[in-house]
Amino acid sequence: MTATVRRPGWYRAAFFMTIAASFSVGLSWLVRMLYGHDKFAHFLDAESFVLIGMFALPIAFLIGLGCFDYWFYWAAGRPTRPEDHSAHGARSWKDYFRPNTDHKVIGIQYTVHSFFFLFVGGLMAMLMRAELAQPGRQFVDSNTFNGLFSVHASILIFLFIIPVFAGLANFVLPLMIGAPDMAFPRLNALSFWLLPCAGVLMLASFFAPGGSFASGWTAYAPLSTTAPLGQMFFTIAVQFAGASSIATALNFLVTIITMRAPGMSFFRMPLLAWANFSTSLLVVIATPFIAASQFFVLLDYALGFHFFDADKGGDVLMYQHVFWFYSHPAVYIMMLPGFGIISEVLSVKSRKPVFGYRMMAFSLLAIVVLGFTVWAHHMFVSGMQSWIRIPMMVTTAIIAVPTGIKIFSWLATLWRGVLRLDTPMLFALGFLTMFTCGGISGVMLAMVPLDIHVSDTYFIVAHIHYVLFGGSLFTIFAGVYYWFPKMTGRMFDDRLGKLHFWTTFVFFNATFAPMHIIGVNGMPRRVADYSDQFATWNLVISLASFGLGLSTLIFAYNMVASWRGGARASANPWRALTLEWQVSSPPPVFNFDQVPTVVGGPYEYGVPGAVHGIFGPAAPAEAKGTPAGTHAQPPTE
Amino acid sequence: MGEESARAEADPLSGRGGRRTITQMVVVGLIASVLGIALGLIIDWFPTQGSKQAEKIDTFWDVLIICSVPFFVLVTTVVLFSVKTFRMRPGEEHLDGPPIHGNTRLEVVWTAVPAIMLVALCSYAYITLHDIEKAPAASLGPERQITVNGQQFTWTFDYDEGGKKFSSAQLYVPIGRSVKFNVKTKDVLHDFWVPAWRMKIDAVPGITTDYRITPTRAGTWPVVCAELCGLGHAFMRQTAHVVPQADFDKWVTKMTTRTAAPAPAAGGGAAVDAKALFTQGETTSGATACGACHKLADAGTAGGVGPDLDQALKGKDAAFIKQSIVDPNAVIAKGFNANIMPDNYAKLLSADEIDALVKYLGEVAGK
Repeated sequence: MTATVRRPGWYRAAFFMTIAASFSVGLSWLVRMLYGHDKFAHFLDAESFVLIGMFALPIAFLIGLGCFDYWFYWAAGRPTRPEDHSAHGARSWKDYFRPNTDHKVIGIQYTVHSFFFLFVGGLMAMLMRAELAQPGRQFVDSNTFNGLFSVHASILIFLFIIPVFAGLANFVLPLMIGAPDMAFPRLNALSFWLLPCAGVLMLASFFAPGGSFASGWTAYAPLSTTAPLGQMFFTIAVQFAGASSIATALNFLVTIITMRAPGMSFFRMPLLAWANFSTSLLVVIATPFIAASQFFVLLDYALGFHFFDADKGGDVLMYQHVFWFYSHPAVYIMMLPGFGIISEVLSVKSRKPVFGYRMMAFSLLAIVVLGFTVWAHHMFVSGMQSWIRIPMMVTTAIIAVPTGIKIFSWLATLWRGVLRLDTPMLFALGFLTMFTCGGISGVMLAMVPLDIHVSDTYFIVAHIHYVLFGGSLFTIFAGVYYWFPKMTGRMFDDRLGKLHFWTTFVFFNATFAPMHIIGVNGMPRRVADYSDQFATWNLVISLASFGLGLSTLIFAYNMVASWRGGARASANPWRALTLEWQVSSPPPVFNFDQVPTVVGGPYEYGVPGAVHGIFGPAAPAEAKGTPAGTHAQPPTE
Repeated sequence: MGEESARAEADPLSGRGGRRTITQMVVVGLIASVLGIALGLIIDWFPTQGSKQAEKIDTFWDVLIICSVPFFVLVTTVVLFSVKTFRMRPGEEHLDGPPIHGNTRLEVVWTAVPAIMLVALCSYAYITLHDIEKAPAASLGPERQITVNGQQFTWTFDYDEGGKKFSSAQLYVPIGRSVKFNVKTKDVLHDFWVPAWRMKIDAVPGITTDYRITPTRAGTWPVVCAELCGLGHAFMRQTAHVVPQADFDKWVTKMTTRTAAPAPAAGGGAAVDAKALFTQGETTSGATACGACHKLADAGTAGGVGPDLDQALKGKDAAFIKQSIVDPNAVIAKGFNANIMPDNYAKLLSADEIDALVKYLGEVAGK
C-alpha cells in the first residue's frame, strides 16, 4: 500500500491531490481567521478555497505523477540516480499515461490530447449553431450561450491549435534535424502534463456556481473582474496552458540551436524547423504578457486590487493593451508552424525544391518582428488614443508583405512540379486558397475606416475562422496525414482522406463565407439572439456547420481504423529527402542508430543524385554540398 | 531519391507550363477578376446608408473589393492551373520536377508590388478617416452634443438643447446636421453602434469616448451594442430616429415640457394595455420590454436573461412586484446577479403604466 503511494503514478497523484485539497481549505480558513472574516460561520468559504485549490491541485497532481521527481532528488542533494531510460519510449498503451521523456511519445500524447479537445470545442460550436439557427431562444439561455462561445474559443486556441502544433513539431522536429531527442526531455514531459490541467479546469468551469466563464476568450475587464466564479477557471487555466507553451518553446529553441546534426547549417534546416524556431521566439517573448493580464484579473477578482476599476483609479484600456500584446502574436503562434508544414508538404508532393528558400526563412523572421508592432489594431474602436491607429494600420498592412512572399513562393513551388494530389496535398492546396481569403479580409480589417464599421460583427467571426480553420486547421490536417505513416507505422485510407477534404472544404465555405455578408450587413457577434433580417442566412450557416461537424467524423474514423489496421508503412512512402523519412516507420526509440551527417539542402528534388543527409562517416567530396536556397540556375528550355 | 534520374534524355515533362499555359491562365484570371469584382460590387453588402460618413466608408469598401478580388483570383487560378497542368499522370510516379530554386527578379516583384499597393491603400484609408472624423465648419454654428450613457443593458441619451437638459431612452437627431456623441458607461464596456451610420466606439469606464456623424436619411435605425457586456448583451438594442428639424424641435418641446409637468397628463389617456407593455416595451420613452429578458407564460415570452416571473413572483404581493420594477436591486432572485436589470423604469414609465404592470403581473404570474 505505502509502496503504491510512494511510487510516482496516478495513485500517488490522487493521494497528493487530497492533501492539496485539505491544504486549500486550511489555508483559506487560516487567512480568513487571521483577518477576522466570519471566523467559523463560513469556514468552508467556497470561493477562496476553490481559488487556491485551482493552483494547488494541478501542482499536486503533477508532483504525484512524478513530473518533478528527478529535479527534487537533484535539488535535495540525494545521489543522482543513473539514467536507465526506463521513462523513455512506449511499450504498451500505459506508457502514454505517465510522464514519458521520449519526444515521439510526447508528440503523440500532445496530438491525441489536442484532437480530443478539437472535438469537444467543435461540439460546443454545434450547440451554438443549433441555438442560432432561428432568431429567438430555443435551446440554451443567454448565460449558457455566452459560456459556450467563450469556452469554445478558449479550448480551441489554448488546448487545440497551439498544442497540436507543438505536438507535431515535438514528434517531427528532433528527427528532422538529426537529434536523438529534445534538449530537455523531462521539461518536455512536464510541458505536456500541464495541458490536461488547463483542459480539465476549462471544462470544469461549467460546474461552477453562476455558470462557466462567459466574457469571451478575450475576458475583457471589467466584465471579467465582476463575473461569477466560473471566470477564474479561465484565468487560472490560461496560466497552466501558458506555462506549457513557454517551456516547450524554450525546449525547441535550445534543441534547434544546439542539437542539429553535423553539417546542418541554419540554411540547410527544413522550413518546419525555421517555422518552429520563429514561433518559439514569439512564444517566449509574448506569452508572459497574457499570464500577467490574467493575474491582474485574478487579483482584481479575488483580492480587490482595482487594476481595472475606473472608480478607484484603475485603467480599463490597459487590460486590452497587455492582453493583445500577447494575443496578436498568438495569431502568428497559431499560423507559423502551419507555414512550416505547408512548405514540407508542397515541396515533397510537387517534387520540386521550395521556391526562394532563403526568402521563406527571412519572411518568417520578418513576421516575428512585425508581429509585435500591430497589437492595437484590435482596439481601433476601443477608445484608445486616436493617433496610435495610423501607425498600427500601416504595420498591419505591411505584415501582409512577408505573408504574400510566402504565398507566392508556394505557388511558384507548385509550378512545373509533378503534383501528387493525395490527401495531405489537397489540404495544403485548400490552405493556400482559404488562407489567402482570410489574409485579404485581414488587410481589409487593418483599414481603420472599414474596421470601425465591421469590428465586433460577424465579419470578424468569418475572418478569424478563415485564418484559424481554413488556415491553421487545414495545415494541421495536412501535417497529420503527411506524418501519419511515420508516427504510427501505418498508411491512412487515402480515399476516405479525400472524402474528408472535400466535405470539409465545401461545408467550411458554406458555413463561414456567408458570415462576411451578415457581418457587413450589421449583425454583431457574440449574441444569442439576432434581428429577423438575418434569419435566412443564419439557417443556411447552421445547416452547413452541421455538415462541417459531421465531416470531422470521417477523419476520426480514418485515423482510428488506419492506426489499428492500416497497411504497414514503409520508411519513406513519400520519397522525401528530409531526415525523419530516412529512419524506419515508426522510428527507433533513440531515433538514429548512427548520427546522420547533413551534406545538402533539404528540398533538392529534381537535382540528380542529391542527398540531404547520409549515415555513417561523412564523405564530403562526393556529395553535393549546396545549402538550400542558393539560386542554382535552372536549366532553361 | 536518385533513382531513375528525373531528367531522362527525352524529357518527359517538356512542354508543360509553357507560354501557352501562361496565356490561358492570364485570360482566365482576367475574366474571373472582372466577374469577381462585378459580383463584389453588385452584392448589397451594407445596411441602409444613413450618414455622410457611411457614404465615404461604403466607397472605401468598393475600392477594397476592387483591389482584393484580383489577389484572390491570382492565387486560386495558379492553384487550379497547376492542378490541371502539372498533376501526376500514370507513368510519372518516379519523376521529379525541374530543380528551380528561385528567381530573384520575380521575388523582388512580388515583394514590391504588394508593398506599394498597401502603402497606397493606407494613404487612402488615412484620408477617409480624416474626412469622417472632421469637425463641421465653424460657420454652421455649434455642433449638437449628445451624451450617450451605456449601462447593462440599455442606453440613455442626455440632451442639452439651448440650456434645457433632459434625458431620453430614444435617440432623436435632426437630419443634415452634424452631431457629436460623447459616450460613457456606468458599468462595463459597451459599444455604441448604429449600423446605418457605420460608426462605432466603445463606452469605456472612466473615460469619455466620442464620434460624430451627419445623418442624411430620415427614418428609424437600430442602435446596437457591439461589445460583449454580459447576459443581456444580445437584447441591448434601441432605436435611433432621424427626423426633419421641425419634428425634432417638436420632440424637444415635448420632452422638456414633460419633464417640467410630468404625471398628470398621462392620467387622462386611454387605459394602459399592460400585456402589450410587457411584451413590446414603451416606445415613446424607450423602456425595454420586460419580455425581452423575463419568461412569463401568460405573455408567451421566452426570456432567459432574468428570473422566470412565473416562479419569482408567485404568491408575492403588489408592493414586492412594484419594488422589483422600480428598484430591481433591492431583492435579487437566487442564481441571478445584481445590476443586470436597468434601474431606470421609474423614470421611463408613468405611474399609471407601472401600476398597470403591477396589477397585470399580480394577476397572471405563476397562475
